[in-house]
Amino acid sequence: MYTVIQADQLTIRFGSFTAVDKVSFQIARGEVFGFLGPNGSGKTTIIKALCGLLAPSNGSGIILGMDIRKHAAEIRRHVGYMSQKFGLYEDLTVGENIAFYAGVYGIQGAQAEQRKQEVLALTGIEHYLNRRAGQLSGGWKQRLALACAIIHSPEVVFLDEPTAGIDPVARRALWDLIFRLSGQGVTFFVTTHYMDEAERCGRVGYIYLSKLVALGTVADLQRLPDASPAGTTRLQIDVPDPSSKLEQVRSVAGVREATIFGRSIHALVESDLIPALRSQMRDAAIQPIEPSLEDVFVTLTYNIMGATS
Amino acid sequence: MTHLFYGLVPVCRKEFLHIVRDRGTLVFALLLPMLQLFLFGFAIDTNIRQIPTVVYDESHTQESRQLLQSFANSDVFQLKFVAASKQDLYEAVRSGRARVGIRIPYDYARNLQSGTTATVLLLVDGSDSNVAGQAVSTSTGVTLQESLARVVPGGRVPIEVRPSVLYNPATRSPNFFVPGLIAILLQVMAILLIALSLVREREHGTLEQLTMTPVAPLGLMVGKMIPYGCLAFLELCAILFVMRVVFLVPIHGNLFVLLLLSLPFLLTVLGLGLVISSKARTQAEAFQLAMGTILPSVFLSGYIFLIENMPAPFQVISRLIPATYYIQILRGIILRGAGLAELWTQAAILIVMGSAAILLAARQFVRGKAI
Repeated sequence: MYTVIQADQLTIRFGSFTAVDKVSFQIARGEVFGFLGPNGSGKTTIIKALCGLLAPSNGSGIILGMDIRKHAAEIRRHVGYMSQKFGLYEDLTVGENIAFYAGVYGIQGAQAEQRKQEVLALTGIEHYLNRRAGQLSGGWKQRLALACAIIHSPEVVFLDEPTAGIDPVARRALWDLIFRLSGQGVTFFVTTHYMDEAERCGRVGYIYLSKLVALGTVADLQRLPDASPAGTTRLQIDVPDPSSKLEQVRSVAGVREATIFGRSIHALVESDLIPALRSQMRDAAIQPIEPSLEDVFVTLTYNIMGATS
Repeated sequence: MTHLFYGLVPVCRKEFLHIVRDRGTLVFALLLPMLQLFLFGFAIDTNIRQIPTVVYDESHTQESRQLLQSFANSDVFQLKFVAASKQDLYEAVRSGRARVGIRIPYDYARNLQSGTTATVLLLVDGSDSNVAGQAVSTSTGVTLQESLARVVPGGRVPIEVRPSVLYNPATRSPNFFVPGLIAILLQVMAILLIALSLVREREHGTLEQLTMTPVAPLGLMVGKMIPYGCLAFLELCAILFVMRVVFLVPIHGNLFVLLLLSLPFLLTVLGLGLVISSKARTQAEAFQLAMGTILPSVFLSGYIFLIENMPAPFQVISRLIPATYYIQILRGIILRGAGLAELWTQAAILIVMGSAAILLAARQFVRGKAI
């Protein structure tokens, strides 16, 4: 395993506010790493630090063997970045946008043309070559943004909430693209709010209040002791009218969390309470389940909120 | 490869594309200064003539009529109203119908003949100091002339001034006014264009994207300055053409020196625009800041008021305003036929100011801070 991104006790302070607090992780070449956390938890700040835009207050970061404190300019040549704002010039055409970013990365002449053709083919946007970026739909804008972000064949690509506000078909297409590239050895660092996207990622990190509170594969996280405390069981309760029963379930002593999931209720309850719950809700089908990624994150968040308040 | 101006060429090329694409802004940017040139060029006449004047002649004699005639002949006063009483006279001035009131007392002619000093009351509305000053000095001149004519019959006076007004012999207003106006118009145009362009990038998130690329701050800054500098230079040529052909202001110096010495000014105002855009978060904010530079440039640059007459602290401020130096360059070359030898210091100061502004803006944009 060849590590391309390494953060070690990475800490970033703005004045008295600590935006990133002792975050450590390693990401291997070709990995698709999902990074989750509420808005303002420090996701974008970490990306900026890893790209060399912000100097860490403490700790260190190494990308592709380069120290983020010392080689900021060099790092930017080897990483791609795409934000949810896409960073496209809407009055320029697709071709002009790509040509501009090629120029900005110092790609010239025949090489620029070749790369342009490659990213056009990869993203399937060649039919829109002469269309203004502003006239593209959200999904196509996103593909164009990705085309621009990878024009210089970066080895690491940061995607900051790349699918916010994009329809499901376009999202699927983007993820297919991400995995094609990761198959070629490109490493992806993706922030998202969508759990289904997080579940696609090989490994996931969850940041809350500037701290990395969980890190691992989805299966690792589901087995996390903090997410499934000893003596508790996660249940799926199938009832005819779940929304009317939710308050009833919540009011039972020993039920730690309960929420609606589709047509059933998911609850985290103390294990010895299960028989009582069964007898109380005779028309309900109750069975233990694995926690979903969302369950894990919500439980972790509640744990911290409970500890801090 | 990592040099100071990395990314300059692609940024410059892209910016030209923006200019060509956005026809509306282009036309607006080129036409608006031209419109203002016509507006102000025709509207503003700094020579004070035909001040509306009210007369209260109690004397009603040949002598008083003769004095009034001299006032009228001066071209400065227009004897527009006749007051029937003292109250009338004051009322006409207070209401603003007349800016000057002349009262000739009933004993005017009698005093003249008896050899006692005859007095004439001059009421001047001081709310416009230029008009008031002109009224006082002209009336003093008129009465002095009258007195002399009486004291020295035959009209031979011992001393006479023969004024010879250099460089603008007809004291035409446009000659004085239009060259200075060029500085103001170019400044507003250049600052607005470049500041809005950068702030637009911030609003659209493209600036954030650029900070993630190897583009150097100076590459971005200068790459933006070149296209907008070209646009402003084009406008300068058009304005000079209109000045020469429509307002008939002759260019006494060398046109090429004028164009050459305009470049340092463009450098400075574009730099100023960049500084503004590094402070402004939205286009509206950038617009307000750009507009805020206009008034000091008009009033403290020597464009309208003489710098030498300002209190010392304001003279210092005027030395910090780029337009001050460019107006000196413009008037020097256009009106006095000055050249590089006389004006290189102004150009050098502008270059220093411009470079400082660009470096300041680039520092603001240094990674991370500006996003």
